[in-house]
Amino acid sequence: MKTIILRTASNYLLPILLLFSIFILLRGHYLPGGGFVGGLIASIAFVLHAFANGLKDTKKLLKFHPGFLMPVGLALAFLSGLLPVIGFDEAFMTGLWMHDPIPVIGSIGTALFFDIGVYIVVQGVTLTIIFTISESA
Amino acid sequence: MEFLLAIMTGILYAAGLYMMLRRSLVKLIIGLIMISNGANLLIFLLGRITKGHPPIIKGSAEVFADIYADPVPQALILTAIVISFGLQSFAIILVKRAYKVVKTDDLDEMNTTDEEI
Amino acid sequence: MLIAILIGFVFALFLAFAGKYLKGKLSILISLIPLGLFVYFLQYIPSISEGKLLVENHQWIPSFGVNLNFRLDGLALLFSLMITGIGTLVFAYTSSYLKNHIYLDRFYAYLLVFMGAMLGLVLSDNLITLFVFWELTSISSFFLIGFNNTNPDSRRSAQTALAVTGIGGLLFLAGALILGNIAGTYQISEMIPLSEMIGQNAHYVLAVALIFGAAFTKSAQFPFHFWLPGAMKAPTPVSTYLHSATMVKAGIYLLFRLSPVLGGQAFWNTTLLIVGAVTMFYAAFHTLFRTDLKGVLAYSTIAALGILTFLIGLGTHEALLAAGVFILVHALYKATLFLMTGAIDLGTKTRDVTALSGLRKVMLPIAVAGILAAISNAGIPPSVGFLGKDLIYESTLHFDHSSAIFLTILAVATNVLIAYAGYVAGVKPFIGKLPTGMENVDFPPLLIWLPPVLLAVLGFVFGIFPGLIQESLIKPILTSVVQNASDVHLKLWHGFTPILGLSVLTISLGLLLYFLWKPTKSKEDFIERFERISPKSILENLAILFERGSDLWTRIFQNGYLRNYISVIIIFLVGLVSVTLLKNTTYNIDYSSFSRLTVYEVVTLVIMILSIGFAVFTKSRLAAVAATGVMGYSICLFFVFYSAPDLAMTQFTIDTLTVILFVLVLYKLPKYLKLSDYKTRVKDAVISTAFGGLITILALEVLAQPVNEEISNYYAENSYILAHGKNVVNVILVDFRGTDTMVEISVLTIAAIGVFGLLKLRLKSSERKQK
Repeated sequence: MKTIILRTASNYLLPILLLFSIFILLRGHYLPGGGFVGGLIASIAFVLHAFANGLKDTKKLLKFHPGFLMPVGLALAFLSGLLPVIGFDEAFMTGLWMHDPIPVIGSIGTALFFDIGVYIVVQGVTLTIIFTISESA
Repeated sequence: MEFLLAIMTGILYAAGLYMMLRRSLVKLIIGLIMISNGANLLIFLLGRITKGHPPIIKGSAEVFADIYADPVPQALILTAIVISFGLQSFAIILVKRAYKVVKTDDLDEMNTTDEEI
Repeated sequence: MLIAILIGFVFALFLAFAGKYLKGKLSILISLIPLGLFVYFLQYIPSISEGKLLVENHQWIPSFGVNLNFRLDGLALLFSLMITGIGTLVFAYTSSYLKNHIYLDRFYAYLLVFMGAMLGLVLSDNLITLFVFWELTSISSFFLIGFNNTNPDSRRSAQTALAVTGIGGLLFLAGALILGNIAGTYQISEMIPLSEMIGQNAHYVLAVALIFGAAFTKSAQFPFHFWLPGAMKAPTPVSTYLHSATMVKAGIYLLFRLSPVLGGQAFWNTTLLIVGAVTMFYAAFHTLFRTDLKGVLAYSTIAALGILTFLIGLGTHEALLAAGVFILVHALYKATLFLMTGAIDLGTKTRDVTALSGLRKVMLPIAVAGILAAISNAGIPPSVGFLGKDLIYESTLHFDHSSAIFLTILAVATNVLIAYAGYVAGVKPFIGKLPTGMENVDFPPLLIWLPPVLLAVLGFVFGIFPGLIQESLIKPILTSVVQNASDVHLKLWHGFTPILGLSVLTISLGLLLYFLWKPTKSKEDFIERFERISPKSILENLAILFERGSDLWTRIFQNGYLRNYISVIIIFLVGLVSVTLLKNTTYNIDYSSFSRLTVYEVVTLVIMILSIGFAVFTKSRLAAVAATGVMGYSICLFFVFYSAPDLAMTQFTIDTLTVILFVLVLYKLPKYLKLSDYKTRVKDAVISTAFGGLITILALEVLAQPVNEEISNYYAENSYILAHGKNVVNVILVDFRGTDTMVEISVLTIAAIGVFGLLKLRLKSSERKQK
């Protein structure tokens, strides 16, 4: 499927889709979207890139194995849950918030970081599965 | 519509089960996908369906003014969809691996338990 | 006390790991553990004899009333001293007996676990804790009996013992639960004042029957006695420990312990009397036909246990006193006889009574021990055995019932036979002419001959000076199970009484029998012929039957065909649910409450049904995958129609990824095959349709019920106020139910690691070569 049109398109599509996925992730608290969908869209962006340019290029672009995203995301999600326990003597996963809401994103709080963690994990999982399979299949 | 959706769920379950009862490995996975979709639909249906009122608070309001779709089944199904992707990919790879090692597609020939494979 | 109990387990664990490095060296030092415990328990003699109690409570599962309640009273003290005292000797004996055995450390670990469990058993005041230790003794004794695990006989005996005592343990658990339910507590000491109430409860008989089941299996009462002779396959130190002082006495201990709670009822006394009487006479009679030293001792042990059950069944103060004394007496002489047997076996490599004689010339100390033990066993003064026998006759003669004479005759007959067994085991191997070939038998080492001699001599010391044990050991036993116990007077000489006459009669008849009846192989063979109708072979046949039954069952249901498992489960489910649905459901589907149809929905439905049908019936894999994809997108459309934008987005992306995934591996996957015949397909179609229909009916039924929206409303109302979010689905995922999501992404990670592992790691070396 290494057609020139697809390849050229994917070069532009990748950043656009990634940006879109981040947009979806951030607006999740107010409008449809969130970490799961965002992460999936980002993975589709990479998979599309891999289809057009070959897996090697995509891996080069990524610079690291997507598997590393899983522990990073898990740690972020866990820490955002742990923060209230450590810093504020509250129960695990208690939401903490900044006072003034920001447009699009809404109030910034631990839940947002949790969602970002989910975003990273979902990406890591999806890409690990798909890359592993296309490598060995 | 609910009536038709209930029948649709039944069809999904029936088709999924029928595929799982086949001896071919690939059919097993397709059956698995169908049944998990059926389960999602079932949960969705039992949480009552509402048209045109997503569970999202509009504009500057702080609480819902109008009716809204039940968010709990939606949250459940959302996680279920993502999990089922993990399950399906694992099942696909397991099948591929089993096929490679046992060299048969026939589930009936995979019935020995203790042999070293 | 908790530490005293746990120390055995801790050291066993230590030995399990360190044993490899010790290699049996320093094994004698391990006997310091029971010795230390023995001294520890000795120090409580003065306070216990003054009537004090030592109580220790630890919380375990307080909400169920299950706690580590330990209680040291007279009865527990006697048992603890026997467990640790005889334990010390057995430990020391073992270090010489199993010298250079490669698994010596393992053996000690088992012994230590067993000792700890036994101590826990006798010290527990809580029935559930007691049960735990009870089972631990069964399990550890399994390892001890089957210690020679290369010998199939030994393994089988261990299995039999475990099966019988294990079943007993389960009965005990059931009995304990019922008893706890009746009394409202699991603590035995708290049950004693409730004794009368328990006795009148409707479930009393059931509870007692279950407890009996436990005690009779453990203490080898007829008809569960057969595991005990089989357990003689164990190394001799094990037989000594298990059958003289510990394991088999656990059942007796339980009966003793519970007699103030459950006793005093006709059911209790009659059952114990009958079972005890049958066991003691049956087993004592069997000793006549045994030629193996250990076999003789095994049957005489069963007979002694029968006597104890019988005495507890009599239930009078005198009888309980006699039982208490007899426990001690029996432990002393039976341990001696077992240790002596071990020494003979070690020296001459045989235990055949017919082949042994005149061994006093080569192993004098062993001969002394054996003869002394035989004297104590036969109840000849001035041994402690005489005291025990006296008390037994006293309690049967004074039994206030018309059957007293009959019971006395039975007791005398049993004791005559036991005395005979003692002579055969303890005297016969040592007197007469030494057979040729045994002149060069080595003199046993110190650790082999000293323990039996010590025990035998102790039996005489207690006999000559009964004051030593009268107040310190024996009386507290009685006070721990009866209220206002009368004073205890142990003495050798009571004057010319009928009891003395009976004693003399027993001793002389026993001697007479010994001189007239010689055990031979042919007699043993004769009795073996009745084995076919013994409880043992009946149980074995039952076990074979059970095995065949489960074999058949497995062949039918666990046949390894995936579709059979699925069909069985589904058919069962459909059957069960449809019966319920047909019985008590009224069908009233309110069509008016359903939303109206639109063209989009109908079109989507049609597309979906077509794609499902295509996916099911197509012969091409690619087409099936594509159809599955279409099905997923149609569901996605439904989510759009019915106000679930988040779901629609997720479903869309996931569906895309699934199709990609399939396409990636499709050509590596097996081709579609049409393997089933027409008949099977029709059958499966019927099952599937029934299942689908059931789901539809269930869904419609649920839709007809009112919906509970409490939770949804809470989330919706508080979404912005508490969690500052307006997309309620997302708020539930990341905030309200954040921990669930946390676990979910962990599961996803595990799935990804699984896929990675399955594909990247080579499981077999042969595959590595292929690559």
